[in-house]
Order: sequence, then structure tokens, then C-alpha cells
Amino acid sequence: MSDIKKYDSEFLMKALRDMVLIRRFEEKTAQMYGLRKIGGFLHLYNGQEAVAVGAVAAIDLKTDYILTSYRDHGHALAVGMSPGSIMAEMFGKITGCARGKGGSMHMFDVERHFLGGNGIVGAQIPMATGVAFKQAYLKDGGVTLCFFGDGAIHQGAFHESLNLAKIWKLPAVYIVENNQFGMGTAVNRVSGIEDFHVKAEGYGLQGKIINGMDFLDVYEGLREVAQDARQNGNAWVIDLKTYRYKGHSASDPAKYRTKDELESYKQQDPIVQLKSRMIDAGVLSEEQYRKLDDEVKEEVQAAVDFAEKSEEPALHTMYEDILA
Amino acid sequence: MPEIQMREAIRQAMDEEMERDENVFLLGEEVGQYNGAYKVSKGLLDKYGERRVKDTPIAELGFTGLAVGAATVGLRPIVEWMTFNFALLALDQVVNNAAKMRHMSGGQMKVPIVFRGANGPAEYLSSQHSQALQSYFVHVPGLKVIAPSTPYDAKGLLKTAIRDDNPVVMMESEMTYGLTGEVPEEEYLIPFGKADIKRKGKDVTLISYSKPVHMVLRAAERLAEMGIEAEVVDLRSLRPLDEETIYASVRKTNRAVIVDESWPMASVGSHVAWLVSRNCFDDLDAPVELVSSEDVPMPYNHTLELAVQPTVEKIVDAVKRVTYKE
Amino acid sequence: MAEKVPMTALSPTMEEGTIISWNKKEGDTVAAGDVLCEVETDKTSVEYESSQEGTLLRIIVGVDGSASVGQTIAIIGEKDEDLSGILSEVEAEGSASAGPVKEEPAPSAPEAPASPAPRESSESGETKNEETKAAPLPPKEDSPGGSRIKASPLAVKLAAERNINLSLVKGTGTGGRIIQRDIEEFRGVPGGAGAVGGTVTGGAGGSAVPADQEIPVTGKRAVIAKRLSESMYTAPHYYLTTSVVMEKVVEARKLLNESASGKVSLNAFFIRFVAEAIKRHPGINATWRGETILQHGSIDIGLAVDAGNGLITPVVRNCGNRGVRDIETDLVDLIEKARTGKLKPEEYSDATFTISNLGSFGVEEFTAIINPPGSAILALGAGKPTPVVRGDGSIGAATVMKMTLSCDHRVIDGAAGGRFLRELQLLMEEPARLLF
Repeated sequence: MSDIKKYDSEFLMKALRDMVLIRRFEEKTAQMYGLRKIGGFLHLYNGQEAVAVGAVAAIDLKTDYILTSYRDHGHALAVGMSPGSIMAEMFGKITGCARGKGGSMHMFDVERHFLGGNGIVGAQIPMATGVAFKQAYLKDGGVTLCFFGDGAIHQGAFHESLNLAKIWKLPAVYIVENNQFGMGTAVNRVSGIEDFHVKAEGYGLQGKIINGMDFLDVYEGLREVAQDARQNGNAWVIDLKTYRYKGHSASDPAKYRTKDELESYKQQDPIVQLKSRMIDAGVLSEEQYRKLDDEVKEEVQAAVDFAEKSEEPALHTMYEDILA
Repeated sequence: MPEIQMREAIRQAMDEEMERDENVFLLGEEVGQYNGAYKVSKGLLDKYGERRVKDTPIAELGFTGLAVGAATVGLRPIVEWMTFNFALLALDQVVNNAAKMRHMSGGQMKVPIVFRGANGPAEYLSSQHSQALQSYFVHVPGLKVIAPSTPYDAKGLLKTAIRDDNPVVMMESEMTYGLTGEVPEEEYLIPFGKADIKRKGKDVTLISYSKPVHMVLRAAERLAEMGIEAEVVDLRSLRPLDEETIYASVRKTNRAVIVDESWPMASVGSHVAWLVSRNCFDDLDAPVELVSSEDVPMPYNHTLELAVQPTVEKIVDAVKRVTYKE
Repeated sequence: MAEKVPMTALSPTMEEGTIISWNKKEGDTVAAGDVLCEVETDKTSVEYESSQEGTLLRIIVGVDGSASVGQTIAIIGEKDEDLSGILSEVEAEGSASAGPVKEEPAPSAPEAPASPAPRESSESGETKNEETKAAPLPPKEDSPGGSRIKASPLAVKLAAERNINLSLVKGTGTGGRIIQRDIEEFRGVPGGAGAVGGTVTGGAGGSAVPADQEIPVTGKRAVIAKRLSESMYTAPHYYLTTSVVMEKVVEARKLLNESASGKVSLNAFFIRFVAEAIKRHPGINATWRGETILQHGSIDIGLAVDAGNGLITPVVRNCGNRGVRDIETDLVDLIEKARTGKLKPEEYSDATFTISNLGSFGVEEFTAIINPPGSAILALGAGKPTPVVRGDGSIGAATVMKMTLSCDHRVIDGAAGGRFLRELQLLMEEPARLLF
């Protein structure tokens, strides 16, 4: 376990706040889905907060990029997108980050170098490889973090990408958010191996396991490999062990796992862990945490209010944003 | 004006654009050291080096997706698919990513990329390697699709494609790579969405594109001997489609025969037939005819494979039907 | 509450009717069953009985105006009702062929333009243009024994521009489709109402040239034109001609007329002989229905009659077992009604066989167009003294009539037609054959 004392309180407070924001945002999102304010597929990030927040903290989005799958609210919030534009997008409003055309699965913020939000399992992996290709082509010192679930490991797109990243020396970090389930199917039922970092070896790349339930582990682990990727053109495969508290999507009651299992992971809750370590380290009080939590709740409520009040897109907008 | 082959015209377009813009690069199977499976990229590796001319592994999905990703962050890739039959492996990246990124991001992203390669029936290749797959691409909003028939059109359209900020699919034809035609030495561009009248006539409008245009022109000569003056409209650009040129011609001739080497169902030809029927209804003196390939996979046997495709005879027969000269 | 009074179909084939007279005037009280007006349909004139009650508030289509089925001809309601709403609705019907309420002005404009007809100043001119514009449209329903007019969209447009009635155009395209070429080559039908866009007569020199007269094609004329051209161009006609020595028929008639009061016409005899021949060759008494051929049980023979304002064909029903006297009784009644326009639709519809006799005009022989739903028509010429070779080889003079049978080849093959005609000829030349 890393030494929390190395980090200043501002850094830690930001990380804690971002993680709480994701948690509260997702809780509210689930409620809004239940109220039918949000439709379609909804994949929540509860439990995986340390991954997105740790990863974003580990890189510099001025030069670096993030791409992920449809479980994208956490990354969107972590890169600093406004909760209002995300909630409004899920409400299908014109003020949403994708003008109501993307919904939950397609959060984008090109300025913040967050390139979505891809709804096809594994389809963002070759694209992220291409973003890394551009970084190598222009030698701009950037690195691309590509997130996907353990379900995407078996897609050809993943394997073809690893090979390309190796032969062309691309600064890409492939991060399996290994939450143990590809939709409703446990990893061990569809995969010959359970630790995916070994996939790297077959393509001449390096792999690593990182504990995704701990913010500092994620931060430190990804910071190190991102550095190697950007400096040496080495792509990495990271098996980032995490756990999602909710079902695959809002329509999934998650009956394929036990309450005990869920509870055991909740013991290692990334927010609870960081909070208690910060209190132990003397950089956070319960009082401060409550205040932070209250602020976050207000911010999330403000996002809902913004989404509620926003306009529906005009019909003619259906013809927009198709061609440049 | 110099006469050059189609493959040379395409090469010139890529060469000129790569020289003009550092962000343009070419990737695909055999495009580098081998100089292209059909020698279209001949000499480009020597001129631009390994950085900008990338030989890829045989992994269409991977390298196509890579190119899409590179395009979203400012590069301008040219993806060469050896043939469109193999492009089916990459269809997810074209349809779900290239064509959708701008839309899903609410207009934040653009995807300036060209996908090009050989499409359509060749010879003695059986059913997996002789397919005209344009429907797969023209069907998708968010893509542009061009299908030139001559070296001149190919060069002008490809240069436009490379400069376009959208995904453009250029469907070439293996059988026309050796075809020669006049191409000026000075630079020119051909805008999308402009059909070209390859022959003027007043009695019937023949609408086609890509390789079959040459067969249609031969049919037009045959028809002229029979006293029927056919107008030949080469669509060149399938999406966007130049509907006005089609309608203007049909309104003049009052009859339309569409020649499309695709299968008949849900094809460019059937779509154009619908457009003409709908928009020129009161000007039609006969039902719109579609001369397509037979609705079967391509056989290997040469007699059969020729019989499957449109022929001059089939075109002439269709014209006889619409002119009531049977 | 004011209601529209629609033109209704007063005959089975009527698509449009012309008001001959209004029996009620505006302000009159109307009870259900009252005769509102008299309407000339495609075949005859019929009284329009009101099914609505109230006060006749407004006549929309005046005398000599015509209205298609469904179009408003009048408004009935309560006295002093506000009609502005309903009148604008009526106006919105676009009353294509509504006739003028006021007195008909001069019958035709002196200079009808050659093409394409621009607006004319007189109301009658406008009415006529709109009528002719509407005319080329294919009929909405299949008429029995005929089929829809098939024309390319271009041909329809060109016909409308040139005021050509498509029902008169022979289609040479696939399946008889009327195509551009057919319109361009169309020169009108002799005696028919073909291209009605008039021509400007070049009045050169001093002598006065009578102005062209344009006669609107309405009511009966339009139906005759439509039905017969449909028959002509959908039923493949062929013609069989033979001669009949008339002596024995003439003798038989003489015998009958001497022995009885009241004269029996030759037409009654012809009907009798034809009915007998049909009984022996029932395949003649049939209708083409596309998928099937309907062979009729009842022999219903129509006789073409010149009613002065057009052809009409009263039908003598079930002739199979009726004597000439009986037939004659019907004929006299029907012909009288035909001449006075009083035939009811059921009295002139659905002949299964038709006879057309132009003998009284001295016509020697002619071919007739089949009258649907029948599949054959018999054209009778004038009896003429002719040298004949008799059975014993001697030569003498006899009254000989030529008769021509037109058959629909889809229903009646040549041999079948021939057998029927031979039977008829033998019966007429030797009426005793009726016995065996």
C-alpha cells in the first residue's frame, strides 16, 4: 500500500471529491432512470470510482487522451465535464454534451481529450490505438488510455490492436476494468484465464495487475506505465481489478452473484478506504467530509435541475451533426 | 493531355495530397514494400518512407479502427482495403465509429478519412472475391461514397475525398485499374454530388457508375446503330447523389434504364429507380428498368459469371422494353 | 342544419349526370321522396327523388349543368339559415364540372385555341376545359367485360395537355399500355369525340367559312365513346359474314301478320332465330371475366336503337322460350321508351347478345363493335334481290340479307362462331328447323 503522506491534502481532497461526485451522481442517475427521466441503456459506475479518478490524475489531458466504453459517466466526470451537461445528455436535452444525440453511453468532451463513450464492446480499442498512432506520428509526447471491460478482452479488435501497438510502437495503455462480469457472465465462464495482463505477452508487450479499489494504487500504477508508454513507445495491458456494485445495466438485477460477495467488495469501497486513510493521516475530518458530501449532493441536484429545465432539441437538429 | 492508367491516376491523387499535407498517410495490406496489391501505391513508400506508408498486418478491423481513431485527432488517413470483400471485417469500424462519431458527440468530432480499394466482380474469383458491395456503405448516413469510372474522375474525386473532413468511401474496380484515359497535368478537383453526362442523347437515359459505365457506353453505340440515341449519366458520386442531373435527363428522354452490377435488392440502382419513379412519374413513358447482377452469388465458371452480370445485350433489351421497340 | 344534396348514381354506370330540369325552386319545401330534379344520366333521364327534407335553399348546379356522383347539386335546410360555411365547403369541392346556374351562354367560343387551352373568358369555356382536362383520367373501377385504361404517366400528361380522351386511344405499349407514341400519333376517331381541342380555321379569302362547332362530350355520348372503345381495344374482335336467303322468313312473317291483329316486326323474328341458335350453341351467350368466362343461363338479347340523341340498346330478357309475338310486345314497349328517354337502367343493361340492324338505311353489310358484357354482336344489312342458285340447280331471284357476326376471340373461337352463324343461317332459311 502506498504512503498517503507523500501527497498533499489538496490533491487528495480533489480525488476524494471526484469519487464522491461520481458516486452521488450515479445514485441520482439511477433514481432519474426509475422516474423515467432517462431511457435506454444505463450502465452505472458505482464501485469503480477509483479507476477513472486515479487514471485521470495519473495523466495530463493536455497531451493525453482517454477513450472508454458505454460505462462512461465516471470518466466523463473525472475529466471534468460538467455534471449538468452529462445529466442533460441522459435526459436527451439540447444542452447535453452531445446535444441529446448520444445519451448515457456516449459522453464526449473533445476539448478535454475525452473521446467517448463507445457502445460497441471493444470498438474503442482500435480507435484508441489510432489516437496513440497520431501521438507517435507527431511525436507529441502524449499517451492514450483505453478503458474497456473484461467482456471486451475476447473481441478481435482488442487483439488486432495490441499487435499494431507493438509493431508501430504506440503509446497506448489498454486498461481492462476487470469488474469480474461481462454483462451477466462471470469472467471464469468465458475466459481461459482470469488475469488479463498476461494477454500482453503474446504480442510482445508488458502487462500488470493493479488494484482498482484503491485510488492511490491506480494513480501510482498508471502513472508509471503511462510514463513508460510516452517515453519509450511501449504499450501496456493493465488488468485493473475492480467491482461494480450495480448490475451490468439498470435493467439487470444482478442475480448471478451473491449478496455476500457484493458486501465483501463494499468493505473495500474505494471512497470509504480513501476517506479513512485521509482521516488517519490527519488531512480530513468527518466534519469536512460531511461538508464535501453536502456540496456534492447540491451539485448533483443542480445538474438534475439544469437537465429538467433545459429544452428538448428542435426537430431540425436531427439533420445536424452528421457531416462536417 | 497525357493518357494514364486508372491506377496511376489514383496514385497521383494520393501522391499530390501527401505532398501537400503532412497529416495524410496511407495504410493497408501490401501498400508499401510490395507497392500495392494492384500497384496503385507504387513508389509511395520510397518517396514518403515508413512513417507515412504503413504496411499493415492482415487485420482489417484493427487497422481500419486505428485509422478512424487517428482521424478523430487530426490525421487524414487513407485506408486501402485490398478489396471490399475484406472490408466487411472492418464494417463495424466504418459504420459504428467513422460514420457515428460526429453524431454521437453532438458535432464535436470530425473524421477526415478515406477508405478505398477494389470493389465489384472481377474474373474467375468465385463468390467471396467478386462482389459489388456499395449498398453496405451508401446505406449509412455519415459516410460519403464515390465510385468513379475513369482515370480523370478517379483522380479528381480522390483528391476531393482526401481534403474532405468526413469519412469517404471510394469504390474502385479491379477490372479498371489498367484502363487508360486523359488526365491533365495541372491540378484539378471534382466536387462530390455532381454526376457526369458521358454521352448525350434524347431517347433514353442510361444511369450507371463505376466499371459498368464502359459497358453502358458500348450499349449506347449499339443502340445508336438501331436509331436510339441514349444519354449516359455517370453518377460518379453515390452519396451525395446528384438527383437533379438524373431528373433533368429523364424528363428529357421520358425513360430510364439503370445499370448497376450489384445485386438488385436494396441497391443503388433500386434506390435510383425509386427516386426516378417518384420524382419523374408524370414524365415516364415506361416503367424504370434496372439491369443488375442476377440475385445469386458469383460462380467461378466463366460462362456463368458473365451471365450473372449485366451485359450489353441485357442493356439493349431493357432499352427496347422502355422504348417499346421489342 | 343545412345539408348538401349530392348527385347520386342514378344508373349502374353513371359517373356524371346533367340536370335537365329542376322540379323545385329555391324556397320550396321538399319532403323525402319528392322529385327534386330530372337528370340525364349516361343512358337515359331519371327523376332525382330527394331523401332529404327541408327547404330547398340553394341550387348549386343549374339546368344543363353537370355534376359527378357525390358532387353537391343543391343545399337543403331551414329557411333563412346562414349558408356561408356550407357554401365555402361546396366551393372547396372544386366543382370540376359544375354547370352554370344562370342561363347557358353561347354554345361555343368562336375561336378555340389550338393548344394547350388557356383560360377562356366565358364561363362555359372554363367549364368545358375542366371537363376535358378531367376526361383522360382512367376510370376508377373496372367496367364489366372491359378493363381499366392503362397508360404511361407521360401519356396521361400529354393527353391532358392536348385534350385527348384516353379511352379513344389505342395503346401499343406493353399489355396495351397507351404510351407517348400513341398520343403523338393519335388523329382522333372518325365520327367520335377524339381530340376536342378545336382548331383555328384559316378564313382566307372573301367567302364566309362556317365557324367550327365544339360539342361537349357529356352523358350518354361519353359513355358510348368510353364503353365501345374499351370494347374495341380490349376485346380482340373478329368478323364472320354470311348471306341468308330471306324468302321463308318473309313468308312466315306474312303468314303471322295476316292471321293476327297488330304487326310483328322482322326484328322480333331475328331475335327469335338468334335465341334458338344460342340455345343450340350456348357458348356464344357468355362474358369474359379475366379469370373465368361466365356462360349466362338467360338469353338476354339487346337491340341497338337510334334514340335520336345517341345509341341505346333495350334488352329483351330470357328469349330462349318465347314466341315472336311475345317478343314483339316487349320490343314495342322498349323502343317507345328508348325514343322518349324513359328507359330504366335495368331495361338497357347487361345484354348477353346484341343485334344491330342498319337494313333500314340501305346498308348492305357492316361490322359492329361488341356491346359488353356480351361477347358477340350480329350486324344485319338490308335484304336485297339477288340471283341465287337453288337446291335443284335452277337460277332465280331471291331476297338475300348479309349478316356479320363480331365475336370476342377470348370467349368464342372462330369455329364456334362459324357453327353458330351456320345454325342461324339454316334456321332463317328454313324456319321449320325450329321444330327439330
